[in-house]
Amino acid sequence: MADLNAPVLVARGIVHSYGGKPALDGVDFTLRAGEVHALMGQNGAGKSTLIKVLTGAERLQRGSITLAGAGIAPTSPHHAQQLGISTVYQEVNLCPNLSVAENIFAGRQPMKPWTRGGGIDWRALNAQAKTLLAGLDVDIDPRRELASCSVAVQQMVAIARAIDISAKVLILDEPTSSLDADEVKLLFRTLERLRAGGMAILFVTHFLDQVYAVSDRITVLRNGKLVGEHLATDLDQPALIAAMVGRAVPAGGGAQAQAQEAAASSKTDCVLRASGVSRRGAVDDVSFELARGEILGLAGLLGSGRTEVARLLFGLDRADAGELVVNGAAVVLKDPAHAISHRLGFCPEERKTEGIVEDLSIRDNILLTLQARAGLWKKLPAADGRALTDKLAQALDIRAPDLDGPIGTLSGGNQQKCVIARALATDPAVLILDEPTRGIDVAGKQEIMNRLIELAREGLAIVFISAEIDELTRVATKIIVMRDRRQAGELPAGASPDDVYSMIAAAPDRGAAA
Amino acid sequence: MKRLASHALFWPVITLLALIALNTAVNPGFLAVSLRDGHLYGNLVDILNRAAPLALVSAGMTLVIAARGLDISVGAVVAITAAMAALLIGGSLNLDGETTSRFPMWFALVAALGVATLCGLWNGALVVGVGMQPIIATLILMVAGRGIAQLITGGQILTIYYPPYSYLGNGYLLGLPFAAVLATLVIVALHALLSLTPLGLFIRAIGINPVAARIAGVRSRPITVALYAFCGLTAGLAGLIISSNVKSADANNAGQLLELDAILAVTLGGTALTGGRFSLAGTALGALIIQTLTSTIYSLGVPPEVNLVFRAALIFIVMLLQSAEFRATVRRLVTRPERA
Amino acid sequence: MSAAAARLAGLDRRLVPLAASVALFLAMVAYGAFSYPAFLSPQVFLNLAIDNAFLFIVAIGMTFVILTGGIDLSVGSLLALTTMCAAALVEKAGWSPWLVVPLLLAGGAAFGAAQGFLIHRYRLQPFIVTLAGMFVARGLCYLIDTESIPIRNAVFTELANYRLPLGGGHSLSSGALIALLTVAAALWIAHSTRFGRTVYAIGGNAKSAQLMGLPVGGTLVRVYALSGFCAALAGLVMTLYMLSGYSLHATGLELDAIAAVVIGGTLLSGGVGYVAGTCVGVLILGVIQTLVIFNGTLSSWWTRIVVGILLFAFCVSQKLLERGAESR
Repeated sequence: MADLNAPVLVARGIVHSYGGKPALDGVDFTLRAGEVHALMGQNGAGKSTLIKVLTGAERLQRGSITLAGAGIAPTSPHHAQQLGISTVYQEVNLCPNLSVAENIFAGRQPMKPWTRGGGIDWRALNAQAKTLLAGLDVDIDPRRELASCSVAVQQMVAIARAIDISAKVLILDEPTSSLDADEVKLLFRTLERLRAGGMAILFVTHFLDQVYAVSDRITVLRNGKLVGEHLATDLDQPALIAAMVGRAVPAGGGAQAQAQEAAASSKTDCVLRASGVSRRGAVDDVSFELARGEILGLAGLLGSGRTEVARLLFGLDRADAGELVVNGAAVVLKDPAHAISHRLGFCPEERKTEGIVEDLSIRDNILLTLQARAGLWKKLPAADGRALTDKLAQALDIRAPDLDGPIGTLSGGNQQKCVIARALATDPAVLILDEPTRGIDVAGKQEIMNRLIELAREGLAIVFISAEIDELTRVATKIIVMRDRRQAGELPAGASPDDVYSMIAAAPDRGAAA
Repeated sequence: MKRLASHALFWPVITLLALIALNTAVNPGFLAVSLRDGHLYGNLVDILNRAAPLALVSAGMTLVIAARGLDISVGAVVAITAAMAALLIGGSLNLDGETTSRFPMWFALVAALGVATLCGLWNGALVVGVGMQPIIATLILMVAGRGIAQLITGGQILTIYYPPYSYLGNGYLLGLPFAAVLATLVIVALHALLSLTPLGLFIRAIGINPVAARIAGVRSRPITVALYAFCGLTAGLAGLIISSNVKSADANNAGQLLELDAILAVTLGGTALTGGRFSLAGTALGALIIQTLTSTIYSLGVPPEVNLVFRAALIFIVMLLQSAEFRATVRRLVTRPERA
Repeated sequence: MSAAAARLAGLDRRLVPLAASVALFLAMVAYGAFSYPAFLSPQVFLNLAIDNAFLFIVAIGMTFVILTGGIDLSVGSLLALTTMCAAALVEKAGWSPWLVVPLLLAGGAAFGAAQGFLIHRYRLQPFIVTLAGMFVARGLCYLIDTESIPIRNAVFTELANYRLPLGGGHSLSSGALIALLTVAAALWIAHSTRFGRTVYAIGGNAKSAQLMGLPVGGTLVRVYALSGFCAALAGLVMTLYMLSGYSLHATGLELDAIAAVVIGGTLLSGGVGYVAGTCVGVLILGVIQTLVIFNGTLSSWWTRIVVGILLFAFCVSQKLLERGAESR
């Protein structure tokens, strides 16, 4: 597309904070007509905040937004839509029980004049819907129930509704996360059509391949600040990754040579082996071996599938294919309790919603898994429980005035330590940790990492996910690199963060994982 | 004083005391308790007796609600249990002035309670196994249950003329009504079970955060089914007491509106309908409050039908207080606006 | 998939529950016709409409509420309250029926709207709110009078005795006519108005409906107002049927209405169902009752059991279908 398309949506100097916590610091953003513009950034970069401000989900605090030259300040997504900014989210926000045509025209159905009887004009509704969809190159019967259509088609319907209501700016927030390769192609064809018609499209995604397949321009945010806006042709993958994570990434090659050298050194028993583990919509073909005392780091960018792997390893999700061998026995994990009985331990990523049980005491939280494993009838002797929780609290330096107080009063970091303590209390053979140091101060992070290294030395096998590649490379004895829901490769101990990034950048273009 | 006020049982206790005070003001003899033939008599004793079936059902309901469930079929289960007992015991007066029962009483009791527990298991299977919403799942038994009870009684109101059975609802143990003693024992035993085993902890975990509980390895599915089964069992016990009290099994009216009273007792006692923390003591107090309210209305000379309106008012008040949106509205109305 | 097959697949899924209900109704009628020679007389079917007129009306109001994913337990009591108020105002206070009827209809709507407001504004569970409403309405009934109040007003008695001749000696009562009019109006509302379509949208996904800019709050209040209106209208029809106001009228009617709606193919979780389905559901309930009467040996409580079994069958199969669809 020509470089000089007229700017349609211009944001200048956007500053935004959530209750004192800064999220955006003076971000500029320009969206031009007839272009697909990708917005990229890691966790905490401010992508979702910027989207919320542009679409009115959050009120503009400082800065300015202009749409087609006129200043705007949307007060709600509905208001933004009336102004001309439509958004299609990852979870298609439509009504699955209504027909395709009804969804497109919900709330604004064409009505028959009273002379013809009044009421909704169904024929016009269906005809208009068919025309709109044809414009997006989608050929389905508009009278079909939305739920009977694939997710890809549902997204098209959402897009059709969005552009029919207001045709100035279309924002797509991670539209491809649940689509397979063919459906992604379909979506991109639609986007190209819209672009050719002059639509300004903002496209948020984690998939590196897709960014280059369809975008004209890329804007990168990091830590709430604008890093830069480039033409897609001017920014290659290593440069993009470098901009997102804030460090230079050597152009692929060097690290690859070291890559496939698995650490075959002192191989004691293999406690966990995954072969070709896959789950539709989550990850594809993950394989690795983990021995006693090893720390396996799962590295990758946001959305690359690391948490999905962890969930599969712990029985939270069922794999569609592949095999898991735990302590020499092939298992099909039915649920977390089952995994725990096989001496697996888990610390989930979302501390608040999946980790702590808020109104219970700190001690109860820490002992919960051990208690659950002990069964329904045997209550752990109080004295033993106290001793164990005291020991764990000390080992992990959990700072609490009273271990019998409610866990809700602890800081986020200390709560996280409790979740780790809970897993450790059952003396697992394999401990899976998903972002265990997120939200913990530097000193706290250090303590936890040191403790994990000690535990590994004592024989515990650890699977460790962290967005901070530095931390990961420092402790891991083996690293699995994930990219776009697939395994990009394996790196030995001593690999550097650069090696990890080059592996991510150098992975061949295979399109999105199913 | 503030610490006392923030105690979970504060409001239920205050409400109960207030009601008793109101009663005493209108009827000075209200608090009188007399001892006759080794039995205690009086209004207070009466309240304890009549509240017993409600307290039992509410105890079972408390645990189900704590685990984020609900059981609106308990009234129907009461009817079914009563019908079973009546069918198996029957009882007839023979020429010697003795009464006999069709089956040994222990058998009848076990069978009746067994059926009640089966009803609970049925509900649990629908909620956990099929994944139905608790209101819908238990609605089925609520509708069909009375029909089943009618099936058992053959459409008649069966009478039970059997003194050992009458003991359940009318007898005395250690001077107090047997029903009240039974309810107290069950609640105390339940409390012991929940404190001495990890079961109470698991129920709370399931209610507060089902996702985290599952990840932590708590076996929520079998536990939830067991809770529904237990709720059925307590409804069965209540059914036995109620039918023993009136010496008959009325499939149509036995346990009418009991589920609603039970839910009310549970919420009055401080257990939130959204699950999590629960209080058996609070529930027991809730049952007593409801029963005292009924007595109060009666002694005030207000037509008993008004009871319904009071119940409705209570439900509204409790519901609104539990709604976060309502509390926010009240806060906004009550707190003075801060100076800019 | 060819366009025709795709269309079939998309449309059919939502119609399956309705088709099942119709099939069930026809099967029952066939059984009745086979077992009892007198069963197929037209008057038997007309009586279904005449005797169940008030259930038709209440169930229609209930359909809209259930379509949004809610429930209304107050309808039976509100119906009884309407009969009491009608009887008391007309007989005891001497008001004109022409004033009383619109007043009570408006009152029913207001009662429902109040419930809807509480449910929406404070995010209270519909079950509990309408349960309390049920208590209030029933309690008010008793306050007015615990005994039944006979209605002797000329307008009421004339309407009660009116019969629309249909030829061949068959006829329809005014109550049945009102029910038919209500069905027609409901069909129109559900299919041809934005309000009706928003009801379906809310039942499908309330959050999405909100995000799509649909007037969720206003629609919820109106839906419960509609249910209240229907309960009041049914109450007036009941006064024609029984010519009395009585607090014990319609106890348990809400359960019958819910059963009719579910057996008519409407999902209790909302979003799927048809007014026509509810009509079939009421007819099925009526046929069960008729079959039991024709049988003569079975007692009427068999109706409860059969209804319970049907409820179970419909609810479980709905849930299983849902689960099957999710795992696609």
